[in-house]
Amino acid sequence: MTGDPVTPEPARSRRRAGRWRDQLRALAWLVLIWNLLWGDFSWGNLVGGVLVGGAVLLFFPLPPVTFAGRLRPRALLVFALRFAGELASASANVARIAVRPGYRPRGAIVAVRLRVRTDLNLALTAEAISLVPGTLIIEVDRDAGVLHVHVLDVRGPEDLADSRDRILAVERRIVRAVGSAVELRRVQTDSVERRPAP
Amino acid sequence: MAGTLADWLAAACLLAGALLSLAAGIGVLRFPDTLARMHAATKPQVLGVLLLLLGVALRLRTPSDLGMIALVGVFQLATAPVAAQMIGRAVYRSGRVDPDLLDVDDLTER
Repeated sequence: MTGDPVTPEPARSRRRAGRWRDQLRALAWLVLIWNLLWGDFSWGNLVGGVLVGGAVLLFFPLPPVTFAGRLRPRALLVFALRFAGELASASANVARIAVRPGYRPRGAIVAVRLRVRTDLNLALTAEAISLVPGTLIIEVDRDAGVLHVHVLDVRGPEDLADSRDRILAVERRIVRAVGSAVELRRVQTDSVERRPAP
Repeated sequence: MAGTLADWLAAACLLAGALLSLAAGIGVLRFPDTLARMHAATKPQVLGVLLLLLGVALRLRTPSDLGMIALVGVFQLATAPVAAQMIGRAVYRSGRVDPDLLDVDDLTER
């Protein structure tokens, strides 16, 4: 599958090898999904999955995602647990607001500037925030790394500061789980110096 | 014994998921504007669907069904935010936001 590219520059061949590795990984995931969709693993499904997955990768190419960090299992577990906890408590909260008689919730749109502006971090943070009830992404400014978030049930300025902090905390947990060392440092120093927040 | 326990857990999950979905439906009906409704339409539904799937998985307990259920859950989690953001953005850009219901709007400056 490597096709030995004999390029003079080692950096370029390494990048090409990395691209091949990413494609192979994507193919493996697609084959897995294909088998799960059919409901059982068999040689026929394996071959079919390779064919369909290969066609998908060939005809719908995606821009390469730069993944500079590494996976940290403990931080990933922390993120998953906190996410599940927030999901449960926030779901109960929104459900309670929904059934409380005669209550009109007020909202607000807050702009939150993320500290790590890579596409991956932006997408992961936006996904995680979007999935938790009470916060809804309205607009994403990719160049500036700003998320515009609609927050439900705002009662005062402290609630706004609170939700800002919560979003930045989500970003911090994500960077801790998958970010590189540089990104990690940026997230951690920032959280200390940014005390008297807006 | 383990089967009975799984059945009871499945029943609890299904009930909780159904209640969350009911609350989401009530929220869609009662919330004042589209953006608030989006919270109800996309969110308790996330946990609701996950609980329902968990309940179904605990009840079925066959490997091929488990794989399918896992796929449904993953795609639900991956696609719900995208749909929510597209609708939220369309609502905002077409000016269907009631400013009286917003305390702060950081997006107007742009």
